[in-house]
Amino acid sequence: MTADTIDSLPPTNAAGMVDPPPRPEDRPGGGAGLSERQVRIRAMLQSLGMLPVLVLLAIGFHLFGGHRFLTGENLSIVAQQASINTVLAAGMTFVILTGGIDLSVGSILAAAAMGALIVSLWPGWWAALAIPAALAIGLLIGVINGSLVALVKLPPFIVTLGTLTAIRGVARLMGADNTVFNPDLAYAWIGNGGIPVGSLTVPWLAVIALAVIVVSWFVLRRTVLGVHIYAVGGNPAAARLSGISVTAVLLFVYAVSGGLAGLGAVMASARLYAANGLQLGQSYELDAIAAVILGGTSFVGGVGSIWGTLVGALIIAVLTNGLILIGVSDIWQFIIKGLVIIGAVALDRFRQQGGART
Amino acid sequence: MTHGAAAVSASGGGSVSPGPALEMRHISKTFPGVRALRDVSLQAWPGEVLALMGENGAGKSTLMKVLSGAYLADAGGEILVGGKPLAIDGPAAARRAGIAIIYQELALAPNLTVAENIYLGAELRRGGRVDRAAMETACAPILARLGAPFGPRAQVGSLSVAEQQMVEIARALHGRSRILVLDEPTTALSARETERLFALIGTLRAEGVALIYISHRMEEVYALADRVTVLRDGASVGTLTREQLTADAIVRMMVGRDLSSFYLKQHADDARTAPVVLEVDGLTDGGRRVHPASFTLHAGEVLGIAGLVGAGRTELARLIFGADRAEAGRVSLDGRTLAIASPRDALDAGIAYLTEDRKVLGLFLDMSCGENINLGVIGRDARFGRLNLRRGRERALAAFRAMRVRAPGPLVNVGSLSGGNQQKVLLGRLLEAEPRVLILDEPTRGVDVGAKSEIYRLIDAQAQRGLGVVVISSDLPEIIGICDRVLVMREGRLVGEVRPEPDPQTGARALSSRRIMQFAAGLAA
Repeated sequence: MTADTIDSLPPTNAAGMVDPPPRPEDRPGGGAGLSERQVRIRAMLQSLGMLPVLVLLAIGFHLFGGHRFLTGENLSIVAQQASINTVLAAGMTFVILTGGIDLSVGSILAAAAMGALIVSLWPGWWAALAIPAALAIGLLIGVINGSLVALVKLPPFIVTLGTLTAIRGVARLMGADNTVFNPDLAYAWIGNGGIPVGSLTVPWLAVIALAVIVVSWFVLRRTVLGVHIYAVGGNPAAARLSGISVTAVLLFVYAVSGGLAGLGAVMASARLYAANGLQLGQSYELDAIAAVILGGTSFVGGVGSIWGTLVGALIIAVLTNGLILIGVSDIWQFIIKGLVIIGAVALDRFRQQGGART
Repeated sequence: MTHGAAAVSASGGGSVSPGPALEMRHISKTFPGVRALRDVSLQAWPGEVLALMGENGAGKSTLMKVLSGAYLADAGGEILVGGKPLAIDGPAAARRAGIAIIYQELALAPNLTVAENIYLGAELRRGGRVDRAAMETACAPILARLGAPFGPRAQVGSLSVAEQQMVEIARALHGRSRILVLDEPTTALSARETERLFALIGTLRAEGVALIYISHRMEEVYALADRVTVLRDGASVGTLTREQLTADAIVRMMVGRDLSSFYLKQHADDARTAPVVLEVDGLTDGGRRVHPASFTLHAGEVLGIAGLVGAGRTELARLIFGADRAEAGRVSLDGRTLAIASPRDALDAGIAYLTEDRKVLGLFLDMSCGENINLGVIGRDARFGRLNLRRGRERALAAFRAMRVRAPGPLVNVGSLSGGNQQKVLLGRLLEAEPRVLILDEPTRGVDVGAKSEIYRLIDAQAQRGLGVVVISSDLPEIIGICDRVLVMREGRLVGEVRPEPDPQTGARALSSRRIMQFAAGLAA
């Protein structure tokens, strides 16, 4: 049974109309008009992101820094310097991909490091719980953040601004506002040792950071959970109607961010043999956020990659190291770093606009 | 092929004009990999409404973007305003030439007043300060001329969409625009507001403004247009004068085939003897939007839910799907009572819901078509949470082809597709979940004619496969064309059921649109 006319319209009269040419059943290349291959190439170029900036910076510092930058020894130092921020930025990537933000990672790092140091001073085998303690503290605070965002439905900025302040206080409280010091720190090898490769050593810190990136990549790109993270960031309402538990996803990302801040605490305290509730991890969240943004992850959520974050963290480390190498004063380092972040992101915006014109 | 326009020019106005206000000649626009416009020509005369029709992706928007200066056309074409060739190399040039385009998404600052919006970017100043009083006085006559029910001091954010549109038109007129383009202006308007807009368009036509009216809705074009230019696949298919204007002619030009094959109902007619697949019993949200509702749906049946906008149809669907919490009532599938607390539960049970707002509630616009199609089922394909990428690729490609999505491939971002193709991707996601019941909320809203008929074909195919399908629609011809039975909702209640009845004249059994409207308007018990 078929209806022949549309009710609200006058009866059919085809007289005088222009005969249209027959319609090709399947227009090749219809709407967007790009071939599968072009789409792939474009995606590849976009995924390169800030890598060219990183390479140019490295070459520049090498040439202007008396050819001291691109040496095995210096690169190993850069890797070490980048490692803690890389770990924090990886967690931050999870959070920002859902459209959130975690301002509390620096404070979490301080509190978790305090916990680790305090436990490391416990007698006998109890001291072995230092690393689990740091991870557990980080995870716990992350879950608190996540619960407030996902269950109480408070804005992430506000929640983590609150924990940024409160957890900083907790960290100071833990050591009665003193530095906790352990010259015989059992896990100090993490912060100071490495794997010998030829005449060089690859620092454990860098190995851990790289492992975190690889695991993060796997979770984000190869698991159902990862797709759900992108989906929640891209469109939370649609995600819920598609049967995704938005609450669980949000809880997970803040827990990951907190947990990785705990790991960062292990790394930082291993390097220092000490922790200070007031100073440790101050403004680390800003470097982590900067790395994620440099990596091209959208602040709105749903778009971004963990490899971009790695490149972003490396750019920040290369800048810090390179500017010292060519003898720029501490004050100017701040100014230059800030400008490079803005400039690099502006460049990226510009480049993407050029490519996205369809 | 194009009909000369001279014969029908200046139909409403009376202002004698020497030639077209606007002429676009041989306009082509090529993007990397695609020719969006090929050799399109059109004329708009003063005191005339030219309707521009075509499916999504036919090139209407591209053509208007060329006109507005947002895109630069390929070399070889020309644009004449008032008979003089004009190089439109940017939005400013278009504005200077008196071309104003009013888009679907209004471009107003909601926090400012009407007068401030009209003067936005060209504020009157006195001694370096903005002279609000002068601006308000100056734009009062225009508002009066348009019959605006608000004053120049009203805050734009407090106005209705229709009134905001009026502000945009006032701004265009204030800038001495003689060529006004309206892009789907009635999408967000009520029937009464639409009427008022049409009256306003009549006034402007009488004043000698050249109007270009872009719309999907044939009844609007029929009511307004002096001439209709139809685009298809980036080319102009032809221009019809008012005398030649029929629904059939337009549809045939737009899709290249007849209207008679438009609606499709080939699935078995006797679905009511088939087993009941979905039973809803006393489902309510406590009476806020939905009063206790009960109905049954048979396997292989297409059940329509008609009613006015705001009658509670979407809210009822969301209760069944678990998107909102039901206060009381029962939903059973294949005789089993379900405990549905979330969309996840409904999907697992075999109920899929197509939202009426695909961009806001349905699609992930940053993701590819393939990812969107796979999103509901990746959990089923995965092992220990690890994605099965190969299965996903195969699934995406198969669904992509089965749905006849018009795009280079499943890797294309869904955000770059036209409305119809986006809807097909979303339908693909639902069908991949292999539901027993499909609830489709306005399945063809904002979808072009060609995609519409393909969606009807899909719905029919699902009914043939034995799924129960619920179609919520405000498009009465659509409901009558594709449904076996219709429930009507009014003010949160299911107030009536309409079954096919024999036509007194022809004896053919059909759903009566009159009966449906009587229920919807509360004129029948």
